[in-house]
Amino acid sequence: MPGFWPALGFTLVYLSFFVLLPLAALALRPWEAGLDHVWGVISHPRTIAALKLSFGAAFAAACINAVFGTIVAWVLVRYDFPGRRLLDAFVDFPFALPTAVAGISLAAIYAPNGAIGALFAPLDISIAYTPLGVMVALVFVGFPFIVRSIQPVLEDIQVEVEEAAATLGATRLRTILTVIAPAILPALLAGFSLAFARAVGEYGSVIFIAGNLPNVSEIAPLLIVIRLEEFDYAGAAAVGLIMLTISLVLLLVLNILQTQIGRRGRA
Amino acid sequence: MSQARTTSPARRDPPVLVAALIGIAIAYLALVLVLPLATVFAEALRRGLEPFVEGVTHADSLAAIRLTLLVAAIAVPLNAIFGIAAAWAVTKFEFWGKSALVTLIDLPFSISPVISGLVYVLLYGAHGWFGPTLDALGIKVIFTVTGIVLATILVTLPFVARELIPLMQEQGSDEEAAAATLGAGAWRTFFFVTLPNIKWALMYGVLLCTARAMGEFGAVAVVSGHIRGKTATMPLHVEILYNEYNFVAAFAIASLLALFALITLAVKTFLEAQFADELAAQRTR
Repeated sequence: MPGFWPALGFTLVYLSFFVLLPLAALALRPWEAGLDHVWGVISHPRTIAALKLSFGAAFAAACINAVFGTIVAWVLVRYDFPGRRLLDAFVDFPFALPTAVAGISLAAIYAPNGAIGALFAPLDISIAYTPLGVMVALVFVGFPFIVRSIQPVLEDIQVEVEEAAATLGATRLRTILTVIAPAILPALLAGFSLAFARAVGEYGSVIFIAGNLPNVSEIAPLLIVIRLEEFDYAGAAAVGLIMLTISLVLLLVLNILQTQIGRRGRA
Repeated sequence: MSQARTTSPARRDPPVLVAALIGIAIAYLALVLVLPLATVFAEALRRGLEPFVEGVTHADSLAAIRLTLLVAAIAVPLNAIFGIAAAWAVTKFEFWGKSALVTLIDLPFSISPVISGLVYVLLYGAHGWFGPTLDALGIKVIFTVTGIVLATILVTLPFVARELIPLMQEQGSDEEAAAATLGAGAWRTFFFVTLPNIKWALMYGVLLCTARAMGEFGAVAVVSGHIRGKTATMPLHVEILYNEYNFVAAFAIASLLALFALITLAVKTFLEAQFADELAAQRTR
């Protein structure tokens, strides 16, 4: 087979220039200003608040989508109703819509005078310009990941499996809990990880609705932008590095958990 | 798929439950997806058609549209060539460190867009590793179109590769080996054997890559400097207009992007249908 060295060579040069060299800068530059500066930036209450918000809101949004995404996937696979195919295609809409467009649209909807914001205003609940608004944006961004992870697994479950369970006297609820739920759990976790990872780093859809109040509704990516605008390259890189490290560790944990559950499901 | 939905008695859920679940699913999709889409168009046309057209045809808007198309026209072909080369190396050959390479190709999807912009500032910014040297040579990267292209390439790098790798893995290299045996050269083999086999997946990856390249915000926002009419892409122009409280114009540009997103979805659905047929044909062959 021809072309090994040209193909691999081009791939490696391209990856080195666009991925490895940039990541090396991210890994090395924080230390230029000294360990104290890095620690000062990372342990700063404003940084910690931003990291807590980014990871916390991403987790909450992924949980909400895990529940409703599973229901949507189930309905799309198992039931037939008019408009099903259209809805199915529309699930990917958040992948296709530029994040800034989602951001200004959500801000308009959830602002105190917006379509949904106005419903909550009399109850004295603000959604836009609070951490709740951050979560709303992250729900939008993460939704397709869960549905698209579960759908193929649900489609692959054979009718015979459920028929066997029913024949053996299991109630429908018991079949769902003991046969279907374990089968889709690894896929649900995989989708959860993807939605979570995407939401942690999300910027465009969040900044318009968040209000960006330091220590309250300021997300970690925004803090990077602010540090850069102050020309504190080391500080910006430090926040970026700690963010990337935490998300990669969490993804690794979720990945291990997923293989563990998958293995137990098969055993 | 339709077979799965025909009701075996074991799968027959109580009608009340079915109706309730369908209701919940439709309500959730309406709230989370349809309402934001409808709002974009409603806000854009709030004051009628005239301010909308004015917003879209303003010189700065047209410059933003041109820049967005230019950036996509550079970044997408490069990532498509990269995707083909990477998939060729990964799927046709065995070598040490292959799985690490595949992980590395997927890595940009786990990186925050803001970090994807930040890393280029760390390299080529005024205080970057290579910034001062390039500056002395008269080359500027950050706050120019070059920086926007670099950041866009990093963000959209995996799209084509990750569509092609699983497909070419499944197809194996028997057909290419046959072509080589019959005396076809490397390029001839690629254009007449491999390319026809992967064309739908390639178009699918290019489509997703283009959509993301045109819509990217975070990475581009960090490296662009937001210079109106010069380094503001469509999403950045939306932000500039929005921050100036020029909501109608902001939503007018946003509605163009939303329209493009809908077209992307339609083409994607069409390609998925094509793609499914082709994959099925390959399995039975």
